[in-house]
Amino acid sequence: MAVVTNPGRETPGVSAAATAPRPLVGQASGLARRVKVYDRVGKALLSLTLLISLAVLAILLFDVATKALPVLTGRPVEFLTGGQSSNAEVYGIRQGLRGTFWIAAFTILLSFPIGIATAVYLEEYAPDNRFTRFIDVNIRNLAGVPSVVYGLLGLAVFVRLLGPSTATTDSLLNMTGGRSAVSAGLTIAILVLPIVIITAAESIRAVPNTLREGGYGIGGTKWQVTSRLVLPSAMPGILTGTILSLSRAIGETAPLIVVGVTTGFLVSQGGFLERLYGPYTALPAQIYTLARQPQAAFRNELSAAAIVVLLLVTLTANAVAIVLRNRYDKGRAR
Amino acid sequence: MAAQTTVPPSLTGDPGRRRRERVIARSLFAAALVSILVSVGILYSLFGGAFSFLRQVDLGLLFTTGWFPRRDLFDVRTLVVGSVLVSVIAMAIAGPLGLGAAIYLAEYAQPRARRLLKPILEILAGVPSIVLGYFALTWINPNLVQSVVPGTPQFNLVSAGIGVGILVTPLMASISEDALRAVPMSLREAAAGLGARRITTTFRVVVPAAVSGIVAAAIVSVSRAIGETMVIALAAGAAAGALFGLNPLRGGQTLTGAIASLAAGTDQVAGGTYSFESLFFVGLLLFVFTLLLNVAGDRFVRRFRKAY
Repeated sequence: MAVVTNPGRETPGVSAAATAPRPLVGQASGLARRVKVYDRVGKALLSLTLLISLAVLAILLFDVATKALPVLTGRPVEFLTGGQSSNAEVYGIRQGLRGTFWIAAFTILLSFPIGIATAVYLEEYAPDNRFTRFIDVNIRNLAGVPSVVYGLLGLAVFVRLLGPSTATTDSLLNMTGGRSAVSAGLTIAILVLPIVIITAAESIRAVPNTLREGGYGIGGTKWQVTSRLVLPSAMPGILTGTILSLSRAIGETAPLIVVGVTTGFLVSQGGFLERLYGPYTALPAQIYTLARQPQAAFRNELSAAAIVVLLLVTLTANAVAIVLRNRYDKGRAR
Repeated sequence: MAAQTTVPPSLTGDPGRRRRERVIARSLFAAALVSILVSVGILYSLFGGAFSFLRQVDLGLLFTTGWFPRRDLFDVRTLVVGSVLVSVIAMAIAGPLGLGAAIYLAEYAQPRARRLLKPILEILAGVPSIVLGYFALTWINPNLVQSVVPGTPQFNLVSAGIGVGILVTPLMASISEDALRAVPMSLREAAAGLGARRITTTFRVVVPAAVSGIVAAAIVSVSRAIGETMVIALAAGAAAGALFGLNPLRGGQTLTGAIASLAAGTDQVAGGTYSFESLFFVGLLLFVFTLLLNVAGDRFVRRFRKAY
């Protein structure tokens, strides 16, 4: 560590003053002064590390916003409603927004109910035995599995096993349409499930036991106590967790690429069912596609504009979740 | 009421109510089984694909000159080395930044500053990885890497590593901060009673007391760095493959990057050849590495939680 002190600068007074009791204020001794300098420098370095992290965020937001400005001010509506095109002048992100919407819908419809139900089971119903602990450890491990691996799961199960048969794959039934928004939605819903379970379980655990005892005291059944007392009380925490995982679901890219999102320009789009069961794209995948185009108009302005839209959605969700949690924490502490 | 009831009312409730309760309990249990089903699905897809790959491929091809699956060159060393390089660079960024930020937030920041600064750090954690990949490619590389080492190619592992490091910093910071906050106040008070300054207390007392939690934070962060995909897919290049090598200033390929680029290229050739199956083999390697790290991290986290 580069600390600006001079090691040779030992004040001669130190040894002489050693006989007299040293003042506790630390003004007279050189050693004390040096420690004080260390203290100041240390504090400055520590705050610097935090400031660097925050500066990175600021630079990132500023860089993306300035690059996106021409598109977002020039043709904001057309950019949101237009389809993909190899002409940068008319390129729009409608198809990506639609794919992202479907992924969010699958997450809300599948992983939220299943996740919260699992959390309720683990915290309120499950007996404390080996099987429960196994489920618990299993969920914790699932939360640490890299997202591409979930993509491989989606590819093997939803695209190949449950998709249409091809020359090389045997399929059970064509339920997902193969490389479709349905497969992607299912994959992402499974990906965020462990996060929903863990955050929901934590907030259910934080509900004080007196509440449950009160419920049983007036003759409530387990489900009545859980649904009418425990869950409402845990709701802010559960909501925070679900909003965070929804934002994660919207920003996740790697599994989509593995499950087969269109990483070129998606041209045709049919009716409702074809959109759901046919080729599709999503907002993060569009950013990936744009950022790899050779033309600068795609690489710089259009991908930055798409990033601004994605960040608006995910960072707003994050901010809401953080505010919600802070308010909830304060309420619980008092 | 004048009449005293001698027989207490039955407390078992009506049978319909109990039947409903049983149905609810069973459906909650069924929901909990879904997570086990997911694990089974992961193991089925990874092992199924990996075994059929290993059955078809000549094992000598796993140690050649580079990772070029289209040309039947499956040098897994290239991918492992790439992943290790990226993680080392990422931790060189996230370690000091995350730990420093955690120490500042836990030991120095006034409650008011903490309330303001911590959420901003959490916002950084919410930035999707594709955005950080774009940032690494279009800002970090030209402004940081290429200005320090001129002539660095557009795609290189260093900028990818820095991008991953930024991604992991909030995670490192939040787990370390938890560990530092778990250190009891009495230790700090004892150090203060001996006349130690804040900085001495922090680095000689609080950090050593929290060291297992900090190690856990580092392990979990490394695991996240190894599993990170999009930053590498954008900033490290290597759309098709990469030569084996140790120089991080060139383009490279990681376990995750190989999966992403292979999968993105298989739109037309959907399966059958073993370049497609190699995807699952790489996925299995990645799964095993991160699983080991996560189990180790989890164990450390448990240990530091029980310490006080």
